[in-house]
Amino acid sequence: MSVASTADPSTAAEAAEALRAAAVSGQRVRIAGNGSKLGWGNPIAPPDVELRTTSMARVVAHNEGDFTAIVEPGLPFATLQSELAAKGQMLAIDPPAGEATVGGVFATSDSGPLRHRYHAPRDLIIGVQLALADGSVARAGGTVIKNVAGYDLAKLFTGSFGTLGLMAEIAVRLHPLPQGTATAVGRSDDPAKLAAGAAACAREPLEADAFDVGWDAEGGAILVRLSGETASTRVAKTLPLLADAGLITSVEDHDDAIWARQREGQRSPDGVVVGVATGPASLRLVLEAAQAAGATLVGRAALGLAWLRLDGLSDDDAIARVTELREKLAPASVTVTDAPSAVRQAVDPWGPVDPARLALMRSVKARFDPTSCCAPGLFVGGL
Amino acid sequence: MTTHPQLGDEPTSPPGSAEPGHALVRRLRGIVGDEHVVDHPHQLRTYESDGLLQYHVRPQAVVLPASTQEVADVVRACHEHEVPWVARGSGSGLSGGALPVEDGILVSLTRMNRILDVDLENQRVVCQPGVTNIAISDAVGPAFFYPPDPSSQIVCSIGGNVAENSGGAHCFKYGFTTNYVCGLEIVLHDGTIVRLGGKDLAQPGYDVIGAFVGSEGTLGVTTEITVRIIPSPEAVRTLVAFFPTPRAAGEVVSEVVTGGVVPAAIEMMDNLTIRASEAMAGAGWPTDVGAALVIELDGAESECDTQFEQVQAICASHDALKVLVAGSADERALIWRMRKAAFPAMGRLHPSYYVQDGVIPRTKLPEVLDRIEELAEQYGLPVGNVFHAGDGNLHPLVCYDASKEGDAERAEELAGEIIVACVEAGGSITGEHGVGVDKKRYMPKMFSEADLEAFQKLRCAFDPTGRTNPGKVMPTPRLCGEVPGPYKEHPLEREGLAERF
Repeated sequence: MSVASTADPSTAAEAAEALRAAAVSGQRVRIAGNGSKLGWGNPIAPPDVELRTTSMARVVAHNEGDFTAIVEPGLPFATLQSELAAKGQMLAIDPPAGEATVGGVFATSDSGPLRHRYHAPRDLIIGVQLALADGSVARAGGTVIKNVAGYDLAKLFTGSFGTLGLMAEIAVRLHPLPQGTATAVGRSDDPAKLAAGAAACAREPLEADAFDVGWDAEGGAILVRLSGETASTRVAKTLPLLADAGLITSVEDHDDAIWARQREGQRSPDGVVVGVATGPASLRLVLEAAQAAGATLVGRAALGLAWLRLDGLSDDDAIARVTELREKLAPASVTVTDAPSAVRQAVDPWGPVDPARLALMRSVKARFDPTSCCAPGLFVGGL
Repeated sequence: MTTHPQLGDEPTSPPGSAEPGHALVRRLRGIVGDEHVVDHPHQLRTYESDGLLQYHVRPQAVVLPASTQEVADVVRACHEHEVPWVARGSGSGLSGGALPVEDGILVSLTRMNRILDVDLENQRVVCQPGVTNIAISDAVGPAFFYPPDPSSQIVCSIGGNVAENSGGAHCFKYGFTTNYVCGLEIVLHDGTIVRLGGKDLAQPGYDVIGAFVGSEGTLGVTTEITVRIIPSPEAVRTLVAFFPTPRAAGEVVSEVVTGGVVPAAIEMMDNLTIRASEAMAGAGWPTDVGAALVIELDGAESECDTQFEQVQAICASHDALKVLVAGSADERALIWRMRKAAFPAMGRLHPSYYVQDGVIPRTKLPEVLDRIEELAEQYGLPVGNVFHAGDGNLHPLVCYDASKEGDAERAEELAGEIIVACVEAGGSITGEHGVGVDKKRYMPKMFSEADLEAFQKLRCAFDPTGRTNPGKVMPTPRLCGEVPGPYKEHPLEREGLAERF
């Protein structure tokens, strides 16, 4: 991919000016942090301008006592987390971040196992400063955790893949780092038993930090991670729920590796990752679909979110598998993230979208990015 | 702007003419039936205000549709007659968000009050907008509950909660309406029906639900809502601790929260409100203390007990004057009755009061309290304070005597000064009551012109005509830029033209 030029703003105003200049001259801009997810979405031609956020990488404020922070988008996500961890706090989002920036995580609404307890990036963002294609810099939300003044543009821009403008500052709610974790594990090679174990745990007020499902060629597991002073006691109380569903149970006190593996299962550097969103009660169906497709799976057992990983397939086979999964799991949303561009070209990584909803999204895009200079074609429905 | 009269329909007269909109009312009667259109001046009086009684506006008519299709037909009729409209749920909002527009149509959703699907397996409830907040928890309890619990939950509607992004005493731990809505069916300004999300949590595309929840009825009206419910906690522990000053109580709040405990609720009342509540609810609380702190923990029993001990130790280390631990469900209910009595109890002691709703970063609590006290002295009006202390949401109650000349105006001015103090402390002009008509004049204190323009972009994306709940949220009326190209009737075609920009 060759990019005609790059913009490297260090302020929101410079970023807004770069967007405005592109908009008036009909150029296409792609916003990028460290570029770790540039292969997601519809394949599009190289942009005329790549707008890099890497010079906007400060922690603008960490209000420790208020459990809030304001950060710039180019800050590596891992750097932010280690700075917060030094103060016993965290941003409760744990995707397999790698080199990802904070801006990239929010722009793609990426998440990990902590989503079970703390919800999605959209639920933890409390304010935003935007650089828009008309050259303006605008704020929405604020820096307090409760606030209903004005429209929630922070949620609108979260997950918008940089197609509406740049989030030039991101204000977030923080949480205390969990202490003393332990994980209850229930294993089986029968999707029905795994789904039954998940359902039994989901009905109980376990207050788990994370609650996942995993599946690979060896079989599957339900994983319930608890934290706090009484984590071990509560893990012990969780085991019978899993055992009664026919799962073989165990306890992992040193559980970091298990959860790192769950996070990594959401990515495939060379293969294909298919995201599935259903009602949580459809877990058995999704596991059986993964089994039939020869996929490995990780997922949030009580949220109805799963990532199926297909490795070592030819493009044609991968395309066939994605198509089969869509048919089998309809009307669930089945999207593709990691995948060779030929696969994304063939299958529409976003899947079909309801026309009335697309019309409304198009109208939103037209107001914020009227010349469609921000990554045109990348997003859902070719937005 | 262009209208598209339906066959056989007479277009309405422009606003200000002698008999505006009789053709529209006739058409509305045809849609919902005569008995569900209210336009007698006497009956209209009921709908002149919502929960904020300072404002009264009489609409042209109130229409009570019973289905999504009827709502869509009603809104389309308004669109074609170029008449503004306002949606209303239970009318319990506190910012005038459901205040009618003069000569406009008020769309009341109270007949759409059915729970459509209780899906415990997926932990979702699908309901119509007129369902009350409490009815959702009632339908799924006791094993499950719906966490957002505004004080008005017995009467307020879920549609209104969606419009206002309602919170409640337990939102510090559990979050707000926006964190629980996963599906919406909405009707846009021209009658277009759009379905967003569903029972799953990750629909690809813009987070239109996130933009819509809390938009105060200015982007459209919701006709069906899917919410998440969660398992009820295993244990609940509640105490009330008394301190010499609000500052001392505030230090306890900080120490509890920074210590890693996330209380289900943490509420503060000052001396004035304690005395008022005690006079009304009579729980036997000391009335010579500076502050009461209600702390509730919930969750897994063992963890809850461990943390409850920590909280009691923190209270003791800050020289709590007294700590009352609820030993039974009744005792817990009594503590909450005292907290919830604060507003009506103040009303018994003072002829009138104005409820303010501001937010500050929690760490700024001491200095903002000092400022409020200073302002109260300066204006010579008593100000009671109740807070959702965990999230810094203040509800100062400014007391005044409406029979005294100028008292009401001074109370409002004082309430305004308090809001300015909140914004200056890095907070917000509203934490849960919304902007509505009441607070729009304070929007420029918090947001710049560029910010407001960005808000307007969103509003125009949903409603380029500006006839959906006009006059709310934005401080001054604004128009949307022209939609380029010829105006086409079909909404999809019309939106498609946006690509030609």
